Amino acid sequence: MNRFNALVRRGVVGFGRFWWDFLVGDTPELFLAVVATIVVVSLISVAAHASAVAVVVLPVMVITALVISVRRATRP
Amino acid sequence: MIAVTVSTSSAVLVGAVFLACAVEMVEALTIVLAVGHTRGWRSAFEGSALAILALGALVAVFGPALVHVPLNTLRLVVGGVLLIFGMQWLRKAILRSAGLKAKHDEDEAYAKAVAELSNAGPGVNRDRIAFVMAFKGVFLEGLEVVITVLTLGTSAHRLGLAASVAAVALVLVGAIGIGVSRQLSSVPENAMKMGVGVMLVSFGTFWTGEGLRVRWPGSDAFLLLFVALYLLVVWALVGLLRREAPTPNEVRA
Repeated sequence: MNRFNALVRRGVVGFGRFWWDFLVGDTPELFLAVVATIVVVSLISVAAHASAVAVVVLPVMVITALVISVRRATRP
Repeated sequence: MIAVTVSTSSAVLVGAVFLACAVEMVEALTIVLAVGHTRGWRSAFEGSALAILALGALVAVFGPALVHVPLNTLRLVVGGVLLIFGMQWLRKAILRSAGLKAKHDEDEAYAKAVAELSNAGPGVNRDRIAFVMAFKGVFLEGLEVVITVLTLGTSAHRLGLAASVAAVALVLVGAIGIGVSRQLSSVPENAMKMGVGVMLVSFGTFWTGEGLRVRWPGSDAFLLLFVALYLLVVWALVGLLRREAPTPNEVRA
């Protein structure tokens, strides 16, 4: 039973580590930017019903995140 | 209008899945070829075959399960994942194109794998090492293919099309790769990676918006605008960074 529990724990930790590396890894700014984008766009589109504004805001936030991430990588 | 819409999103889906699978297949094949040439083909094939079976099991388990998730929730989650994944690819490809990061060199990857396998030396674990290395190479690269196929396929309600395109890409690149053997370095991997990144970010933006009830003008056809927009941004960023690029001695690996 202990061996089974240890195996399950290892599996869960490995699964969590995979997704952490996959989504956050060495670019946490991209993860945070996407979370922020979802929050802002949901406020605009779902709460304020301003879909037309969201059409512009969503890609602008994505481009801003990409530029910031690339700039962060080139910082001396 | 419906026919145009379906063909637009299908074409982008096919392009994204095919390029993503081709890029990952090149990387996996480099490892398998290194294992095969150094340790023998039996372990290389066995490791690869088990990895493909494990990946198939993942698709069989998670593919049908994803279909039952409410569409808006699925598109929001998938959109978010694709945005992160796509921007990571784009960031890397931009830095490589601008000369600020060393390009992924398949010759170098091959040499590194061969050195690692040769240093292990013969012994009781010889086959196990080759098997594990081939398994890990195929499974880890294949996992990215599985995630791409599942997310793009289920969100677009075209899982069958996405899986078929992936299979065609894997067989085609596999056959060509085995044919050219050690010349995988001639594949324009960075340009392909950039193309995939643009398409993943385009799909990610589109589906994140759909999940948040954003009404895209022109529906699916708006995807093409995203592809053009992000290509323009990438082109501008690469141009800008090239002007600021350091001398070759300062390039980071």
